[in-house]
Amino acid sequence: MNYQPAITAHDLRVHRGGREVLHGVTFELPGGRIAGLIGPSGGGKTTLMRVVVGVQRGVSGEVRVLGEVAGAAALRRRVGYGTQGQSAYEDLTVRENLEYFAAIVGARPEQVGEVVEQVDLGDAAGQLARSLSGGQRSRLSLAAALLGRPELLVLDEPTIGLDPVLRERLWGLFRALSDTGRTLLVSSHVMEEAARCDEVLLVREGQVLAHGTPAELTGRTATDDLEQAFLRLVEEEA
Amino acid sequence: MTSTGATALRVARQLRHDPRTIVLLLAVPALLMTILRFVYDHRHVAFERAGPALMVLFPLVTMFLVSSVALLRERTTGTFERLMTTPLSRFALLGGYGLTFTLLAVLQAGLVTALSLGALGLSLAGSTALVVILAASVALLGLGLGLLASAFARTEFQVVQFMPAMILPQLLLCGLLVPRAQMGAVLRAVSDVLPMSYAVDGVRHLAIEPGVSGAAFGDVGIVLAFAVGAILLGALTLRRRTE
Repeated sequence: MNYQPAITAHDLRVHRGGREVLHGVTFELPGGRIAGLIGPSGGGKTTLMRVVVGVQRGVSGEVRVLGEVAGAAALRRRVGYGTQGQSAYEDLTVRENLEYFAAIVGARPEQVGEVVEQVDLGDAAGQLARSLSGGQRSRLSLAAALLGRPELLVLDEPTIGLDPVLRERLWGLFRALSDTGRTLLVSSHVMEEAARCDEVLLVREGQVLAHGTPAELTGRTATDDLEQAFLRLVEEEA
Repeated sequence: MTSTGATALRVARQLRHDPRTIVLLLAVPALLMTILRFVYDHRHVAFERAGPALMVLFPLVTMFLVSSVALLRERTTGTFERLMTTPLSRFALLGGYGLTFTLLAVLQAGLVTALSLGALGLSLAGSTALVVILAASVALLGLGLGLLASAFARTEFQVVQFMPAMILPQLLLCGLLVPRAQMGAVLRAVSDVLPMSYAVDGVRHLAIEPGVSGAAFGDVGIVLAFAVGAILLGALTLRRRTE
């Protein structure tokens, strides 16, 4: 296992439209594990992920990803980003979208079939992206992020809109990926999903409320589950 | 496959899923040229004057519309953001669009030229190939202007409004309605800095001067320079990092 930190942030601040939306966030995430970015929508999860993949403007503080400064050109082959929307071409089929993204990241064409199977989109592979359901869209975005087998996967709400069976399968996939040494940063606004992560960053109103393993967080707050732990932490903050 | 080639293929595939747009792109210019021919039914001299100018206006209008909407979609649907997390450079992206759209413009210009010189009886003294090359250069100009328009619009409603704003003034001042030599000093000066003036000058040279006209060649160069300038300026508006 790889204990090098995959992502480190020191006093990370983001200004957007004259307003500070991340207020001096500091954390360190080890490699080869699943880290959950958990918290309510609008709390800064997507902004934090965009900083990690290097497309966010107005960033100050220090953020390093896989040993490089976040956004460095060398990282573009090593980091895969699954956006919250589908961010695919509506007028192309699932397969055509993935064939294009595969060519761009230099992945072999055979990988397209592989990732389609991994996210269980085989039946929809020939469908136009515009005709996909919400759950299929987020899986298309996830499939695109898997192309090129990046060392770090940054996945923004990958399980949103999925039925429990599919959600279970995707978490199985995340676990399998992390078992092969890949690092995952997964966001969710569902507390229940936090329990499936190795580490949890609780994010609210542009700040990291707490950071630790699920067991540490429930232990520290003397609560039974993470939902309760989150509420307790918000109360302490207030 | 290079990133530019992959992008060109992707853009072509998007068009292939939209056969109605392809038919409109190819058929409408041919139809308009035919209408013009019958509008000037008894004044063939006027058709000989306006027809060639129209040949280079079609690629500008159609490519402006297609590119401005396509690039606005890239910016607003999250695909551009995804591409910017990959090794793809914005020049490779624009190169891909340029390849496919120029090919489409060549098809369009070839069709209109063949129809005009054949069934519609337009006479062209100069090189037909150079007319098509000029049309392709104008198509790249349309791409560049469309790219710029996409930077200043948030919705497709807004972006199509840039068509009258950026294209119609050039139509009025390019010499199609009144020869540029007869315009007042101020309008003449404005028309001198608009790229379509050179495109229309160029196609007029080709209409009356036999062979590969040197003047037309110069005009192609000027139009291409404007096109490259617009694309480079537009590329500056494609930022890897956004708010």
